[in-house]
Amino acid sequence: MSNLLLSFTRFAQDQIEMADVLRSSGKIYVVVAILVLVLGGVILYLFRLEKKISKLEKEVSDETTGAEYNE
Amino acid sequence: MKLASQTWFRALTIALLLYTVLAGMLFDVPRLPILNESIRALYFHVPMWFGMVIILLLSVIHSIRYLSGFDIKNDVLATQYANVGILYGVLGLLTGMLWANYTWGTPWHGDPKQTTAAIAVLIYLAYSVLRGSIEDGDRKARIAAVYNIFAFAAMIPLLFILPRLTSSMHPGSGGNPGFNAYDLDSKMRMVFYPSVIAFTALGIWIASLYTRLQFARNSFEENNQQ
Repeated sequence: MSNLLLSFTRFAQDQIEMADVLRSSGKIYVVVAILVLVLGGVILYLFRLEKKISKLEKEVSDETTGAEYNE
Repeated sequence: MKLASQTWFRALTIALLLYTVLAGMLFDVPRLPILNESIRALYFHVPMWFGMVIILLLSVIHSIRYLSGFDIKNDVLATQYANVGILYGVLGLLTGMLWANYTWGTPWHGDPKQTTAAIAVLIYLAYSVLRGSIEDGDRKARIAAVYNIFAFAAMIPLLFILPRLTSSMHPGSGGNPGFNAYDLDSKMRMVFYPSVIAFTALGIWIASLYTRLQFARNSFEENNQQ
């Protein structure tokens, strides 16, 4: 009886449409690859932004020490 | 703030973000009607809100610290955290509207949680407007810090109490606490919680960069005044 119930629920679940074809054809990896690329781009942008900020920090601190020398 | 410049922190953030994308797309999810495959949006939509609340908590902590010592560094930190919090809130609203359009039938149908979340984001947008409208530095910082405390205090009931007093399409609303709808599936938690950590850490990282930029800008202005 419980087996029958289980198979019923399994049947009901199989009826629910999921992206099974996308997965079995392997095209889901195209989507994943695109998402990873976009993520990589954002991370790269953060590192480049930090490089620029570090340069700016250095310029500002050089300016400060320069001002102290002038006094 | 030094935390976000640690190598391990960044490596962990990148690793968890990568894991979220890979596991979020490839791991098994429950087969549920209406939601279908779109249940995976949970891994990206809900972390925006969790991340927003954690980052706004960091913001209000720094506002309180500013008021108890008037160290301008705390004001800068509070502002940058709030900005990232607003960004996450707006992204949470937009992703929610997109998801709602295909599962609830319309992007905006006056769902209580959707409405209160929008109000919370507007309250924080007003924080930004308030800051921008005051010229004087110290006054700006003080008024913004006080407002930030009120904004946070208003956000908590808007997001966590009011939607539960009435029925909402959001899971867990309408009397049921938390994540009852997903309790059955521990597999989803294995992706969801790392995703929350990943997006929160990413927000802290972004806020730390903007804080450093603002510090540099401040000292540049000080140099020019001398």
